[in-house]
Amino acid sequence: MSPRTKTLRRLAFAAVLSLAGAIGAAAPVPALAQQTGVVTRDGGAQANGRNPTADSVNEEALFKQNNKIQGVVTIPDWKASVLEQPQGRDWRGFHEGAMPWIAGIAVLGMVALLAVFFFVRGRIRMEPGELTGQKILRFNAVERFTHWLTASCFIVLALTGLNYVFGKRLLQPLIGPDAFTALSQWGKYAHNFLAWPFMIGILLMLALWVADNIPSRIDWIWFKQGGGLTGKGGHPHAGRFNAGQKMVFWIVVLGGLAMSASGIVLLFPFSAADINGMQWAQMIHAVIAALFIAAILAHIYIGSLGMEGAYEAMGSGEVDLGWARAHHDLWVEEQRAKANSGSQIAPGRAPAE
Amino acid sequence: MARMKFLCDADRCIECNACVTACKNEHEVPWGINRRRVVTINDGKPGERSISMACMHCTDAPCAAVCPVNCFYTTADAVVLHSKDLCIGCGYCFYACPFGAPQYPRVGNFGSRGKMDKCTYCSGGPEADLTTAEYEKYGANRLAEGKLPLCAEMCSTKALLAGDGEILANIYKQRVMQRGYGSGAWGWKTAYRETVSV
Repeated sequence: MSPRTKTLRRLAFAAVLSLAGAIGAAAPVPALAQQTGVVTRDGGAQANGRNPTADSVNEEALFKQNNKIQGVVTIPDWKASVLEQPQGRDWRGFHEGAMPWIAGIAVLGMVALLAVFFFVRGRIRMEPGELTGQKILRFNAVERFTHWLTASCFIVLALTGLNYVFGKRLLQPLIGPDAFTALSQWGKYAHNFLAWPFMIGILLMLALWVADNIPSRIDWIWFKQGGGLTGKGGHPHAGRFNAGQKMVFWIVVLGGLAMSASGIVLLFPFSAADINGMQWAQMIHAVIAALFIAAILAHIYIGSLGMEGAYEAMGSGEVDLGWARAHHDLWVEEQRAKANSGSQIAPGRAPAE
Repeated sequence: MARMKFLCDADRCIECNACVTACKNEHEVPWGINRRRVVTINDGKPGERSISMACMHCTDAPCAAVCPVNCFYTTADAVVLHSKDLCIGCGYCFYACPFGAPQYPRVGNFGSRGKMDKCTYCSGGPEADLTTAEYEKYGANRLAEGKLPLCAEMCSTKALLAGDGEILANIYKQRVMQRGYGSGAWGWKTAYRETVSV
């Protein structure tokens, strides 16, 4: 471009500008004209050196306005209208950076804690002469079914869930990519399908046990006495569920409901959430899952290895009357009162199931 | 070896969707799956622009990083490919992909996804080049035939460019110098951590 044409262009541009200014002053509706697209923006603009794309969208400006770029598409897939969502890289940072640490620390940390507890405190045994030989029904068939339905689903869901984080790091190098894919494929199906009986289990638990799990003043005393875990001062008073068990109940119910809600969002991709919503649902699902697994590990420990006489409650459903008196004295009193009034099962008599 | 990239010059794209159609036809992509799409920003307003988008074959690809079965790999031409034999259709790559490239056939119950499908940069998959098995799973392998991706090859305005990143950047720079404007190399910063400076 020669200097002469440049000067000419500048002159022409200035003329157009002043003209535009005059029009703007005469008719104060340029905004409306712009909205309706009446303004002829490119007609002859190039001749006077105006950038015909001055108003065109560009990536940098769009990212300043919003954290993703969205438009319209002609294909019948609304997700495809998101042109760019750099949040995908953030989600990747979470999933590959933070998540293995969160899950690793939660699960291994709990295992380590329980191991330390086991070696320091040992198994919580019954007092000598605690056993009476008499049995009392603690959980009926429906309650045990609900527990084991939820528990067995939980174990499969937890293992297949952990596989999404740790499988490729721990298992794949051992069994090879083909076997690992076959396993993970079945794991995915198991995770998707067993989610449903798990959700039913959570709802049944809520219905069956919520009445016995309302926090009370006795729970506070139980906590202050350390739940009798130290073995000194005997067992604190407790109703059908002690404060620790109530905690497990609320962790399971609230955790389970949170897992269900985020899980349903994930099970029906893009029905309830857009891409960022899906990313959040996955992050919430994964973090709660890690904490949930850690909590349940402690529950499994105290219900089996950790305490003598505890497993029978969920195993056969009947516990020794002496054990029940030691651990759930107020509940036994309540049951006896009911039995004396003739409505409930007397201790020592096997219930008809 | 070349560092293969896509570049869509939004100031040239006329939203004809021929790239989308050519891709679907070349690879016989099933119904409901679009390896490439054209997104129009500010549709119907002054300054609207259309961008043709598919897998950008990212540097340090997020999809590959999040895949729980490690089914992704990068070729010598820096094309990001995956194995449908290993993919379990979990959907993680779609959450991680900044460009919405991964696609899933809908199979089974709930939102069960089938094995992921995405742009292969017209270079097939892990199967032997130009075999029927490769074609059935991944579509044509034009790179093995010495050709570039069809979407870019047949673009009527040459808005969509495919080839070595440096060559593309030079072509685009030249265009911008000549016409005096350019809305940028869309997605490059996110995909390659670098953009075309003009």
